[in-house]
Amino acid sequence: MSKKFLLLIFLLIAACALPFLVSNYRTFQLTLVLVYAIALLGLNLLTGYSGQISLGHGAFYALGAYCTAILMSKAGLPYWATVPLAGAVCLVAGFLFGLPALRLEGLYLALATFALGVSMPQLLKYHHLEQWTGGVQGIVIEKPNAPFSLPLNPDRWLYFFTLAVAIVMFVLAWNLVRGRVGRALVAIRDQHVAAEAMGVNGALYKSAAFGVSAMYTGVAGALGAIAVQFVAPDSFNVFLSITLLVGVVVGGLASISGALYGALFIQFVPNIADEISKAAPWAIFGVFMLGFVYLMPTGVAGAIRLLSAKRRSP
Amino acid sequence: MLLETKNLRAGYGQTRVLHGLDFAIEKGSITALLGANGAGKTTTLRALCAMVKTQGEIRFDGASLAGLATEDIVRRGVAHVPDGRGTFLHLSTEENLRLGAYTRRERRTVEADVERMFGYFPRLRERRAQQAGTLSGGEQQMLAVSRALMLAPKLMLLDEPSFGLAPLLVRELFAILREIRSREGVSMLLVEQNAAMALDLADRAYLIETGRVVLQGTSQELKNNDSVRRSYLGY
Amino acid sequence: MDGFLYQVMAGLATGGIYASLALALVMIYQATHLVNFAQGEMAMFSTYLAWSLLEAGMPYWAAFGLTVAISFVLGILIERIVVRPVENAPVLAVVTVFIALLVILNSLAGWIYTYTIKPFPSPFPKEPLFGVHFLSPHELGAICVTLLVLAALYVFFRFTPLGLAMRAAAQNPASARLVGIRVGWMLALGWGLAAAVGAVAGMMVAPIVYLDPNMMSGILLYAFAAALVGGIDSPFGAVIGGFAVGVLENVLGAFVIGNELKLSVALVIIIGVLLVKPSGFFGKVHVSRV
Repeated sequence: MSKKFLLLIFLLIAACALPFLVSNYRTFQLTLVLVYAIALLGLNLLTGYSGQISLGHGAFYALGAYCTAILMSKAGLPYWATVPLAGAVCLVAGFLFGLPALRLEGLYLALATFALGVSMPQLLKYHHLEQWTGGVQGIVIEKPNAPFSLPLNPDRWLYFFTLAVAIVMFVLAWNLVRGRVGRALVAIRDQHVAAEAMGVNGALYKSAAFGVSAMYTGVAGALGAIAVQFVAPDSFNVFLSITLLVGVVVGGLASISGALYGALFIQFVPNIADEISKAAPWAIFGVFMLGFVYLMPTGVAGAIRLLSAKRRSP
Repeated sequence: MLLETKNLRAGYGQTRVLHGLDFAIEKGSITALLGANGAGKTTTLRALCAMVKTQGEIRFDGASLAGLATEDIVRRGVAHVPDGRGTFLHLSTEENLRLGAYTRRERRTVEADVERMFGYFPRLRERRAQQAGTLSGGEQQMLAVSRALMLAPKLMLLDEPSFGLAPLLVRELFAILREIRSREGVSMLLVEQNAAMALDLADRAYLIETGRVVLQGTSQELKNNDSVRRSYLGY
Repeated sequence: MDGFLYQVMAGLATGGIYASLALALVMIYQATHLVNFAQGEMAMFSTYLAWSLLEAGMPYWAAFGLTVAISFVLGILIERIVVRPVENAPVLAVVTVFIALLVILNSLAGWIYTYTIKPFPSPFPKEPLFGVHFLSPHELGAICVTLLVLAALYVFFRFTPLGLAMRAAAQNPASARLVGIRVGWMLALGWGLAAAVGAVAGMMVAPIVYLDPNMMSGILLYAFAAALVGGIDSPFGAVIGGFAVGVLENVLGAFVIGNELKLSVALVIIIGVLLVKPSGFFGKVHVSRV
């Protein structure tokens, strides 16, 4: 246990040191990695631990992003206040969506969430909502400066802000998963009839799982919007939801560290692939998805776990 | 020998059900596999058709069945009437019948066979256009046997054909099976809990307990055997 | 009421396309209990293949036929190579594979053909057919082609031994094996047919919405809605559902919610059906066994 703890401390120190060692643009990219990690944590809670598939989590990301954008531009709220608010809105939205959705099993839930993911941009462009959402053009957000005149440029400040939120979210997830809730979710995932027979209120837990998962993704969306300084409907189409799925598959299901691996993958691979061609990132994603399903179904996190288990027991 | 097994082992997942079965079926004979619930009778039939993971030797008609898939074993002339009958519930009676002849090429003989099946089981002719799921248990059993026969098989495996049927119907069915054997020369391997009826129909029998053959012989020998009489024939 | 009639008629035209795609979805679902999320992209890719053939100078119906044939083969290949390894895998693995397929086909099309929108020709004459004025010639032609395809499929499944074998394999694979049917190949054949039907749907819709790698995502959604409304395991239901969804989309779009939110109609239908009557109007009710 202490070895793991030391590793975590080391990672933390490295994370804090990074923005001072790399360019501003790189720092911005790392901020996005953290954002994706939080989103993937959310999706993982739903898919990995609770066994429900969502192909529409991009919609919650969009919801969080737009919450932040609207609260900042229309209500004049400071950026840091919008994050928990976005989380709260998505928690409720997710819970509400989860209530009827939990009647749907596997493939059907995937279908319903897929429909959500595909129709989201149209909903965001709806002209009756234009005064709030800014229609097709979206909303531009101002980049926040470091508070208390700290000697940090905006990119670095944003990185640390996101890092702080990420740490809080990771610790929260860790506690959730280790505790009663986590075990209940796994029980529901693996044998839901038996779980119900043992007194676990499947419906409640499943909806709650959806709500919490949406909250995480919404918080990620909020942070993402602040980092990118911009929200527009077409950035939140079904491919965003698919990107999150890729992250979960590559990173590893039912794993907290998996969120980080997945986030690194989905942030940096497209950058590299873009050099090849506009279409290349998705082709690569697709091939990797297939590869991971066939060869490494437990993702990078699972593979690492297997390797370290092998090394421990000769 | 039409069919021979040596050290046949089979099971489901981690559970081994058959622990080394040796038996043989002569061409043109009716052989019965007797035993209590859970002895492994159904598993044996499934093992012969590669429906479960199998180890050991199975030789059919001179060739080994090792590594073959179910549909290939079937194409070699083994027809299996499974427990539960395996009826295509949403297809018509006639469609079920014709599916039995799916692997056969000769149109005319197939048509003649359809007529012959209706000859054995006139009740099926009445219901030929009806959805098979609406047939009674007895009729579905007749349909299952007919479907197997439409394959023009060398060997027919029957899994508890008497299950859920009224005694009169069972008698009727077994009489038809006897007729089929003499008319068509089809060999049969019969799995039955109803030992009395099975021994009346079969030439030879094997008694299986917990996945092993514990007794074998002609049906008469088994009928005369004291422990068989007491445990399985009830007198 | 003139506008209403037009919307209904136009809805039937697009409905025919939804019906075709929904039928492809149902065919695969019946055989495998899986929803092919990549059905739309497969149809899109087929349409691009047709476009290439046409660009190379091939006459329309020759290109049409060749595209259908190639799509059939591609469908079989996809089933044997990509889908077979995960046929019995957990749901997430299967969904991931289908989404991967979607994504690969989409980006392949984008890479080979670029993302510029291309026009796709209609084989039907410009003048109104049979003196029909409330539908464009292409819309009428599309309905006819759709109905022809559906009729051909019906005849195939109902009256041919192979069609019977495929139905048997889909309904009861274990029993099908016991009559010597190679169930694996029946599945592949099902995928081939579904791909062929999808190709037809794609070629019928492309002249209306223009050819671009993302042209099928909305249509796929409507096809999902149609398949669910009709009953995901009922081919007949899929067809009825397709026409129903087409008409509903047009009528609601024109008179109730405006054209911008048309896709949300599909979303609402999907969620509504799944909640209220998951087996659809013509499907079979499923009891989940412990």
